[in-house]
Amino acid sequence: MELVCPAGSLTAVKIAIEAGADAIYVGLRDDTNARRFAGLNLDARELEQAVGLAHARRRRLFLAVNTYVRPGAGERWERAVELAATLGVDALIVADIGLLAHASRRYPDLPLHLSVQGSATNPEALAFYHARYGIRRAVLPRVLSLAQVAQVAKESPVPVEVFGFGSLCIMAEGRCHLSSYLTGESPNQGGACSPAGAVRWERDGEVLSSRLNEVLIDRFEPEERAGYPTLCKGRFVVEGRRLHAIEEPASLNTIDLIPRLAEIGVAAVKIEGRQRSPAYVEKVTRTWREALDAFAATGNDFDVRPHWSRTLAGLSEGSQTTLGAYHRPWQ
Amino acid sequence: MTTAIKTRSDLRLALGPVLFFWPKDTLLDFYSRMVELPLDAIYIGETVCSKRREMSRRDWIALAHDIAGASRARVILSGLALIEAASELSNLKRLCENGEFMVEANDMAAVRFLAGQGLPFVAGPALNLYSGASLAELIACGMQRWVPPVECSGATVAGALAELDAAGLARPEVEVFAHGYLPLAYSARCFTARLAGRPKDDCGFRCIEYPAGVAVDSQEGERLFTLNGIQTMSGRIGDLVGDLDDIAARGVDILRISPGLDAADVVATFDRVRQGGPAPEVEDGCNGYWHGRPGMTRVPPGIRSAGADGLA
Repeated sequence: MELVCPAGSLTAVKIAIEAGADAIYVGLRDDTNARRFAGLNLDARELEQAVGLAHARRRRLFLAVNTYVRPGAGERWERAVELAATLGVDALIVADIGLLAHASRRYPDLPLHLSVQGSATNPEALAFYHARYGIRRAVLPRVLSLAQVAQVAKESPVPVEVFGFGSLCIMAEGRCHLSSYLTGESPNQGGACSPAGAVRWERDGEVLSSRLNEVLIDRFEPEERAGYPTLCKGRFVVEGRRLHAIEEPASLNTIDLIPRLAEIGVAAVKIEGRQRSPAYVEKVTRTWREALDAFAATGNDFDVRPHWSRTLAGLSEGSQTTLGAYHRPWQ
Repeated sequence: MTTAIKTRSDLRLALGPVLFFWPKDTLLDFYSRMVELPLDAIYIGETVCSKRREMSRRDWIALAHDIAGASRARVILSGLALIEAASELSNLKRLCENGEFMVEANDMAAVRFLAGQGLPFVAGPALNLYSGASLAELIACGMQRWVPPVECSGATVAGALAELDAAGLARPEVEVFAHGYLPLAYSARCFTARLAGRPKDDCGFRCIEYPAGVAVDSQEGERLFTLNGIQTMSGRIGDLVGDLDDIAARGVDILRISPGLDAADVVATFDRVRQGGPAPEVEDGCNGYWHGRPGMTRVPPGIRSAGADGLA
């Protein structure tokens, strides 16, 4: 299985390569990708350097151009595609069918991966993208159980990539407008969920409140660990009860599923977190490299080593990890 | 290509599929009243959760015939949005092969089934179509009507249509989500079952107890969301009744009323306003998306939406 790691900067690209990533995915510094955060991502010159660095070490570099094209501004997305083709990027990660059509016609040799934002959860949807645009891989949304992933992988016309570690998106990616409902910025159009610019922290005595566009997402007592106000992870009131009505703060971690994912025929495991620090990229990549190498060496005798779990838990939201939807009872 | 500027009296009304889980008797009784209303289209079918089996596929088809026989409205069958299991896929396939009624596709799997048979279809709000180029792709597959994602602004809708015009392609009909709780997200997890402390696989069909969903408030008592099984909806009701002139001017043909149990009153109000009646005061509803703002906001009448490249 290919290990696909995130990088939000040239430094992170170098670190991911050093730590053992097989492929690194990046985005450009504009609204053409779904991690548009201030100070993050690469410009054209840095992208060229990143491709050079990756290829010098025989690794692959993917470019995510995975937001939906805005009417009247299509040139920006088309320029990103042209840049990828010109610089010899190894795959373009795309969600928008208009852009997939453009890329597949104009640059037939540029491999296309269907972004998780394309929200394809079943073999027929994948067949649609394969037949019309010749996609060569698809990233599956984090809503499927392991049995469902197996079914999709078996019947899919293209290899599938799944998320292995990182922030847990509980909604089908590409089909969530919660962020734009509260803030006006959505992953699909603007490239950001619960954007930092809309966050406000407020202290009232001992209590710390987090707000998103002035909407109260959570309140923390001194002994509680205050997390970033990703809106689906807030504490809300339902029928008089205060609770995490949608999802607890926790990160996805599937390291103990490696043998099963391999058996299913999953082509690649993706690490989430282009918005995270180079230190995060380093630790997660190194841990997963070690785990995948251990699996390659031991096969079915594969055991999860305690220090992997400790490292990954330390990088997780609320220090909690979960198998998410892969584990049916979680659903 | 020139398109005549439309006015609000050109707008037609459609009744979207019931997004909630209602008992069969409630549902059949509801539709027996809907056939009397001035509707151009009635969408029926389960779009949220395949476990909801008060109505079998045969029941839905029988209902489609009943409505078609009693109303001038065109009956359209809406397909499931989030398809995970093989059984859901085969059900969707059979729906697409019903041989009589047009289908609203809410997943690319449905597009594939329908395009494979050369059948025209409606692209529902769960398909991510935001631009002229993406519309052109589905027009080539047989899309006849476009229901934009609920987060689309009027500027985005008009901009996408202008791109089609520039490419020399005929526009599809355009239907916007004009009233009702906005379907915002689909999840692996069933929130209603979770609230009841039950696993999804043994949910006890608890959403049947919530004919208008479950309210989610902030800790300050602000209504934020509405839970409806695996679907998360807006906390406020989306309501564009005060925006009909702008909606018509931007090239929209049809207004979708997403039904609650009071749908007859809502349809009557929209019917009155499209014929020139005064728009009622909207107190709790939201229309931010149409104006390029956060969806939950309420933009008062008289303030027009952002420009073509405004906040999308």
